[in-house]
Amino acid sequence: MSKIHVSTKINGDPTEFLCEPDETLLDVLRDQLGMTGSKEGCGTGDCGACSVTVNGRLVCSCLVLGAEAEGAEVATIEGMAEGDQLHPLQRHFIEHAALQCGICTPGILVAAKSLLEHNPNPTEEETRYWLAGNLCRCTGYDKIIRAVMAAGKEMREAS
Amino acid sequence: MRYHAPATLEAATQLLGSDLGDCRILAGGTDLLVRMRSGFAEPDNILDIKRIDGMRDITAEDGGWRLGAAVSGAEMGEHVGLTADWPGVVEAAGLIGSTQIQGRCTVVGNLCNASPAADSVPALVAARATARIAGPNGTRDVPVEDVPTGPGKTSLARDEFVASVFLPARPDTSGDAYLRFIPRTEMDIAVVGCGLSLTLDGDGTCTDACVALGAVGPKVIIVEDAAKALMGTKVDEAALDALAAACSAAATPIADKRGTVEFRTHVSGVLAKRAAKIAASRAGA
Repeated sequence: MSKIHVSTKINGDPTEFLCEPDETLLDVLRDQLGMTGSKEGCGTGDCGACSVTVNGRLVCSCLVLGAEAEGAEVATIEGMAEGDQLHPLQRHFIEHAALQCGICTPGILVAAKSLLEHNPNPTEEETRYWLAGNLCRCTGYDKIIRAVMAAGKEMREAS
Repeated sequence: MRYHAPATLEAATQLLGSDLGDCRILAGGTDLLVRMRSGFAEPDNILDIKRIDGMRDITAEDGGWRLGAAVSGAEMGEHVGLTADWPGVVEAAGLIGSTQIQGRCTVVGNLCNASPAADSVPALVAARATARIAGPNGTRDVPVEDVPTGPGKTSLARDEFVASVFLPARPDTSGDAYLRFIPRTEMDIAVVGCGLSLTLDGDGTCTDACVALGAVGPKVIIVEDAAKALMGTKVDEAALDALAAACSAAATPIADKRGTVEFRTHVSGVLAKRAAKIAASRAGA
């Protein structure tokens, strides 16, 4: 079985990798590129812990083949903070205690960032529906929703 | 396993017809990759169709819309013209999975996966959509309801795949809707689904209708008596009751943990009635 050579851009950086034909983008990110921020929860697209964007579109990286990333722009949780400067969503997650064990957090942050890019002023209902594909077994969701709403407010006021 | 990403329809059908072994089509991957992961599919080859021209395009054609086989649910929902012309089809596709799944899932995949409970299929059937099938001798168009033949089974030959679906033109005074019953608020599989498209004339009389039920038979059911119950009426209560009765009579559900035969039979009529009201208001009634 020959490996596939893939040229892509991850968080703005041109990146090349070799992958097996059946290797998922999530496995490539974690096992080959050392980007372990994206988590594997279910591996079947149900939990959202592996959320990334591909060409600006929010997807589960466990349901994308590495080979499909050829020529694409991928954004992961590793690209969210700018150096030491946390993204407003990350800050508000800490301030609102919107995480406990933290496994779902990277996926939720990536999904919430995508929400605010599509809709800078979402209602609570829109926020809950958008994040319905991100499962959290610790928080009960309320703190997550409050943190996303607060970050959205801050980002609107800053722009 | 080998991964192929050909650039033309011809190269794709040639690969499908070759002796490389079992080959599965990859568009959004939201069914295929799950099946591979859980061991239900172990293909020798994967054929990614997304690099073929037109597969990711929504194109205006003869007053209707052609959807490439790799167009995602999210792309459909963001398309203003398509959403204005076929809101029922777009809302049916939009019900599939989470935001992440919407970023990848396709109506053509939904059709070819041939689940009896596929949400977008009753809406496509009610829209009288056609599927364009690419094969070794070029393409052929068939009504979408002829693609699935039963749970997990399609009429496609080994060297064929669906390249696009076409939603035809219809008069401005038309509307469509899709409703499903699930026990949660979202992200679930339809217990019953109903797609309905209708056209009204100047004084609000129904001149054309098509009603399709999902999840109450091995494949989607077109209920001709339900369409007849609407045609020639002003979609009033009596017509809606006749529509509901026709749908309940046509439903042939199984009982499982998600719903009994009696419940699904009843809900078939209820959903049809509600979908007809929405479609009629979208048609301008």
